[in-house]
Formats: sequence, structure tokens, C-alpha cells
Amino acid sequence: MLGLIPASIAPAGLSSALLLAIGAPSLAHLSLLDIAVIAIYFIMVIWIGFYLKSKSNTSEEFFMAGREMTAWIAGLSFVSANLGSLELMGWAGSAYQYGILAAHWYWIGAIPAMLFLGMVMMPFYYVCKTHSVPGYLKLRYGQGSSTVAAVSFAFMTVLMSGVNMFAMAEVMKIVLGWDMNFSIIVSSLAVAAYVALGGLRSAIFNEVLQFVLIWGGAMLVPVLGLIETGGWGGLKARIAHNIATGAIPAGDYTHMWRSMGHFADNPMGIHWTGILFGLGFAISFGYWTTDFLVVQRVLAANSLRSARLAPVIGSFFKMAVPFIVILPGLLGLVVLTNGDGSLMHLVGENVVAAHPGAGLHSYNEVLPLMMVRYLGPGLLGLGITALIAGFMSGMAGNVSAFTAIFTYDIYQPHIVKNARDDHYVRVGRIVTIVGVVISIGAAYLVMNAAGIMDYVQALFSFFISPLLGVVLLGMFWKRATKQGGFWGLLLGTLTSIGLWAWVKADPSALRFVAISPDAKDMAENMYRALWSVITSVGVNVIVSLCTKPRPLSELAGVVYGATKLPDEEPVPFYKNEWFWTIIAIVIFLALNIYFW
Amino acid sequence: MHSSNISIWFFIGVLLTVYGVLILAYGLSELVTGHTANVILANLHAPIWWGGILLALGLFYGFRFMPKRNS
Repeated sequence: MLGLIPASIAPAGLSSALLLAIGAPSLAHLSLLDIAVIAIYFIMVIWIGFYLKSKSNTSEEFFMAGREMTAWIAGLSFVSANLGSLELMGWAGSAYQYGILAAHWYWIGAIPAMLFLGMVMMPFYYVCKTHSVPGYLKLRYGQGSSTVAAVSFAFMTVLMSGVNMFAMAEVMKIVLGWDMNFSIIVSSLAVAAYVALGGLRSAIFNEVLQFVLIWGGAMLVPVLGLIETGGWGGLKARIAHNIATGAIPAGDYTHMWRSMGHFADNPMGIHWTGILFGLGFAISFGYWTTDFLVVQRVLAANSLRSARLAPVIGSFFKMAVPFIVILPGLLGLVVLTNGDGSLMHLVGENVVAAHPGAGLHSYNEVLPLMMVRYLGPGLLGLGITALIAGFMSGMAGNVSAFTAIFTYDIYQPHIVKNARDDHYVRVGRIVTIVGVVISIGAAYLVMNAAGIMDYVQALFSFFISPLLGVVLLGMFWKRATKQGGFWGLLLGTLTSIGLWAWVKADPSALRFVAISPDAKDMAENMYRALWSVITSVGVNVIVSLCTKPRPLSELAGVVYGATKLPDEEPVPFYKNEWFWTIIAIVIFLALNIYFW
Repeated sequence: MHSSNISIWFFIGVLLTVYGVLILAYGLSELVTGHTANVILANLHAPIWWGGILLALGLFYGFRFMPKRNS
């Protein structure tokens, strides 16, 4: 999702790159073998869609994949939903620019929240048999909060799908020189076909497929890069040499926490409190535990144990992703060279835009540049296929979430209440097509209004963090009331919008929002999310204490203390979710200590 | 996936097998003809060993999760 994409790629940057791409030579040239590799992928996804059509006849099958996914499939799909190409390219670019600091978004910015979802929150989502996060809000707080969350989420998912479509068309234009209309038409037809045919199951299958392709297509880049630089030690030595000779800007590119003591000590302009509480709690928990797009994948698990294990399995792969994303960015600092053998200097999108025809490349192009450097015919096609699969999977994930939210949380409660099951499946298939059509409209809107990407990213952040405050209190505090939830959500959202507008109107306000005059854009996002969660929780508590709580009997299945969780059958320790959670925590701590 | 006749892992096995064959074949043709692609570390012949890994994984998943015929 865009909410976790670095600012360097998500906003207007891509759009300015697009303007340059017109008439600019493409980065790579595909051979017939590469084109065959890409074509085979498209044939495969359509095959999967047609095969799964017969498996998606009931609403439970179409919208929830029959709730029969194994822990592995749900876990890979869960982590894959956040492994789109925008993330891959954006964070590789950020690693080139800021060093290993970018890995915070994969470790502290994901792992604690994923484990918390699996071990603490999942039982409540799963036991109440909700089909969505707004569905949970309906059970806990009533229809009002649910509808607010459903409408905002439906709007965001379809917009995100359009952003993915646009981004894919743009990247294909820059990397391969493909016509943008061609990319949009082909990708939207493929997504519409396989999601409308196979529903969520098809989206999940393709996410697992994408996951395998991304590793198969991208892992060779860091492997060959490390061979070229002489391993991690050699890479660090070459970075240090380049800093000493002034070839790259000074900075600590290989440590994660040492430079976090003050905003001015690191190039991101972030303090450790912002990383720990803003990213590690407000943003990360908001995204991984309440964003329906990712939670939907876990709700499709075949048992409570699978649903709890899925995020834990996902956490191991999430911890490994920096190997294929952050490492290529770091390697780019020392191995990328110009035609004359001199070190290549990647620059920001604005610099590229200011010097058309100068042959400059932006930070966001570091991953494609590394692919072109190491991957020959066939392997390059595989790498490009991985990027295409990432974009298409991003679209499909958003469209399938949009379809479920619209049908279950808007259409069913407000338009046609008591229709037959097959009616809702038919509506779901139609809404899928409508969602893709709206996405195409959104893609062209973004294409023609360069600055809009900036607002899309901000919009996403407005809703997610306050939702976290409302869901957490609803799940763990019996006293939280319907009015408390509604006002907490509303005022938390307004706080986020207000702070964003304040900094937009007066950039110097950042010193108050992020509590330091040295803070930069990234810090603003983190502190804004933190204030918004605090407001949401504070308002919820105050209003709840002033209003009448629901009887305990009505809260069974949705609140801690009022819910009897089902007893799970004893299993050997190596199949127990707590065992793997502890292993994940140990690895997470070890990584942070090693790269301290 | 239990209720589906074809597991996702079978689809993945088929895809990796096809990719493995194509990339390995290209790598072998490079070795035989001596014409290598203009990429860094071409001397390591990545298409051969990477294609081989993809093929091995593809065959494993393809056979392990091959749909059983109903008799």
C-alpha cells in the first residue's frame, strides 16, 4: 500500500519522471526470450483465473476464499500484499539515498505489529467471524463507525489500484519504452479477468505467485552484487572509501540506530522516538492490524491456528526482504558506473526534471539499473516479470478488497439487505469490473494531474492511524462505547488532516508537529500519525466515560474479557505459533543489534 | 489448499519449470557458442545455475503437488 512507500517515489516524483520518459531512451532492451518469459506469466494468471471460477460460487468462496487457506498461503499472501513494485523500487532508491536506515520500514516498522496481530488481535477478528475490518467495527461500535470506515476504505482502495496501474505503466515506459496506454489496458484486462473470475482466492493465488517471482527474479541481483564487491565487508569498505574520496555524500550508510540520537544527525531527519513510537507503533500497527487489504488475507485462513500463524510466517519473510530491496540500493552506491567507467550518481526526480537530456537517472531507478547490470536474456525478463507481477498483484489486492467492502459493508446493509447468496456473488463480480474501470479513471487522473499522488498518499494516512486507536480500544476495553468510537475516529482523522494542512500551509510548523526544527518530511508523517492515534484514543476514552456502555452480554466475541477463545488442540512445539513468535522476536532483535 | 483440486504450489511448480528450462537452455547455449550476454560477471554463467535452481524447484513442486486423478 502507498502508506508505507517512501516519499521519494510516491508523490509527484513519478509523474515528473514520466514527463522525461517521453522521448527518452529506455533503460533496458528485451530479447525474444524475455518477452516469452513475460507472456508466459500472463498466460499463467489467466489460466489460474479460469480454473478458479468454478471454485468461487458462494459469497464465502468469492469474498473470503472459502476461509480455507493454509497458514503458509495466507502468510505469504499477507506479506506479499505489501511487496508491490512501488515498494521494491521506492525502498531500493531510499537505501541508495539514506543507506540502511530504510530497513527500519521492514523491521521495526512491520515485525512487532505483525506478531501482535497474530498473537493478540487475530483471535478476536477470527472468532467473531467478521468478513472485514468495518465488519468488526459494526459488531463492536454499530453501523455508524462501520460505514464511515467502509466508505473511506472503498474510496482509498480503488484510488490505490489506479495509482498502481499508473505507476506500472510509467515504470514500463521508463524501463522498456512501452506505450503507457498499452500497459494500462493489458494490466487492467488481466486483473479484471482473474479477480472477477476467481475472487479473493484468485487474488491470493496471484500474490503467492508474485512472491515467488519476486524472489526468483530479484534475488540474483544482490547475490551477484555481493560477489562483485567481495561480500558485506567488501561493500562496507568500498562505501567508506567512496565517502573518504568524496564520491558519495558523507553519512552512516550501514548502521540503523547510531545516528538516531538527534534529527540533524541522519539524512532522513528523524529522531529515534519518531521511529520507535511513530513508525513502530502508530503507522505500523495502523497498517498491519487494521488495513483491511492485509487483514483480509489472514481472515481467509482455514483455522484460528492458521490465522495466528500466518502473520508469524509472514514476519520471517518480511525480515528477509531488505536482502532484495535495501542491499541492491547500497550496492548501487559502489558498483553503478557510467559508460566511461566513472561512478554513476543517481539524483532526485526534481534534478532529473531540471536537466532533460543530460542522461541522469533518479534514485528510484536503482533497482532496474542493477537488473540491467547483472541480468542477461531470460533473467532480465524474469526480473521485469517480477515487477509486473508486483504491480498487478497490487491492483488485484485493492480491487478484491474494494469488492468485499463495497458488497458486504455498503451494498448489503444500505442497498439490498436480504437477497440470496448468489445475488451478492453476482454483485461482487460486477463490482470487480466497476472497480477496475474506476481504477483506470484514477490512473488517467493521476497521469494528468501530477501533484495528485502527493494528496493520495496523505489521504491514506488520514484514516489508518485513527482507526488503530478505535480498534485497539474496542478490542481491549469493555467500557468503550458507540459514541466514543465514532468521535474518536472522527476527531483522530480531523487531527491528522489538520496537522497535514498546517504544515502544507506553513512548512515551518513542522518544528511543532515533529517537535524539532531539524525534522524533515519523513519525521512529519510519523509524528502526525502518533498525534492522531493519541487523539483518537483520548477522545474515545473521554466520550466513552461520559456515555452509557453496552451490556457485557452484547460484547461476547468482540472484546477481550467478554470472549471465550476456543481451546486449541495441543500440537508439537515446532507447530506452535508461540514458539515461532519467540524465534521471530529473537531474529528481529539480533538483526537490530547486529546493524545497530 | 485442500478443497481445490489443483494447489497453488502446482501452478508455481509449472511456472518455475518452464522458466528454468528456458533460462537453463539459454545459459547452455551461451556456454556452447561462447557468445555471452553483455552483463557484469557473465563469466559466472548465472543463467546455468540460476536456471538449474528454478528447474529443480519447479520439478519438486510440480510433482509434489500434482493433482491426483479421480479413479
